[in-house]
Amino acid sequence: MHKGGHGGARLLVVDDNKVNRLLLARNLELQGHHVATAENGRVALEMLRREAFDLLLLDIEMPEMNGFQVLEQLVNDLHLRDLPVIVTSSLEGLDNVVRCIELGAEDYLTKPVNPVLLKARIDASLEKKRLRDQQKELVRRFATPEVAQHLQESGFSLGGKRVRGSVMFSDIRDFTPLVESQPPEATIDLLNTYYTLMFNAISGHGGIVSLIIGDGLMAIFGAPLPLADHCDSAVRAALEMIELIGLFNVDQAAAGKPQIRIGVGIASGEMVAGYTGTNERATYTCIGDTVNLASRLELHTKTADCPILIDGATRQGLRGNVELDTLGPVTFRGKAQPVDVFSVKLGQ
Amino acid sequence: MTDTAIHRATFEELKSTAGAEFVHELIDTFLAEAPVMLDDLRHALAMNDADRFRRAAHSLKSNSHTFGALSLGAMARELELGGLRSVRDADGAQLEALTLEYARVARSLTELKRA
Repeated sequence: MHKGGHGGARLLVVDDNKVNRLLLARNLELQGHHVATAENGRVALEMLRREAFDLLLLDIEMPEMNGFQVLEQLVNDLHLRDLPVIVTSSLEGLDNVVRCIELGAEDYLTKPVNPVLLKARIDASLEKKRLRDQQKELVRRFATPEVAQHLQESGFSLGGKRVRGSVMFSDIRDFTPLVESQPPEATIDLLNTYYTLMFNAISGHGGIVSLIIGDGLMAIFGAPLPLADHCDSAVRAALEMIELIGLFNVDQAAAGKPQIRIGVGIASGEMVAGYTGTNERATYTCIGDTVNLASRLELHTKTADCPILIDGATRQGLRGNVELDTLGPVTFRGKAQPVDVFSVKLGQ
Repeated sequence: MTDTAIHRATFEELKSTAGAEFVHELIDTFLAEAPVMLDDLRHALAMNDADRFRRAAHSLKSNSHTFGALSLGAMARELELGGLRSVRDADGAQLEALTLEYARVARSLTELKRA
């Protein structure tokens, strides 16, 4: 696949006319690209579904399957719809150009194609593709593949919707003294390992990390995609996080490095989930009482000296067998009513 | 040699961007493919197949422009845009003219290859 720079991209040329096909392929090869060819739309789609290409150069007037039909198929194909397409055609009429652009073509070049113009258009398209790939990579890094795909499909429109789910807050106990006791590089190193482990546990149970602040994180189970057993998933993720930290501490101790402890709070119920921010910068998050409660529960783990605390709604939502200790009602700041708090027993 | 069938500046530019040797191969391909397109036009006319007629004319137009065969390109363009009916109305006279012009182009391209 194409990486950085503009030489050496893999391009597919589709044209039923042999002279056009050979000439276009030649011009592109002279520009340093790797070129494959297809003689009609049907063959091209087969190749696109079999091999990876960085860009498609598409003729319109072709037998079996014409260029318009190829564009329609690409738009509806999740794996191919981001593939940049430059239409090269000698079809006349502005309406044809408009139709191609409306169907998602990036550009339209009239044949015979001027090689200098061709190079400029291809370089621009490849650069755009590189940026799009980078964006996808960013999304992938912050979400599970399913969620990333959902985000790609639904777009990033601002605005929320009501969902039922579980929210988790987690942070490192006594982090400040730890930071002060070691060089900053060691702290960043520790945080990176810590986050890798936490992300693994969370996304492994279908959650997404929506927020990272310092040593703390917020994760959502049940949005943007619904999760039938979001309470179980959140609790199982929390148990795995504690277990992973245990293993991490064994390594830390062996290397003579400081060990860490974490606290996790989970609350469940209705919340508003969606993108907030501006069109320039937005983040996926959840807001509402459930979120506040999860944060309070996480803080309360210090007082209660229990690593995982959950609320009554999470307990009621549990489908699997999870052993709990009842801590009784606790009155949190900002909450009028006391809340039933339960501690999840470790090692289950 | 004065050559009215091929616009020399267009042809020379093709040679300088794609390379002389490659253009020779491209001429061979065209000389093999163009008669098929002409056949296609005749068949489409006989079968009253407007789509096939338009596609063949379109293809011939496109290739003519590539080599600088401007007259041939213009004639093919008229067929592409004018469609089957106008040719039928004229009893295929345009196809005859097109075939003659193609023969001129083929001769010129063969000479250019040798030059």
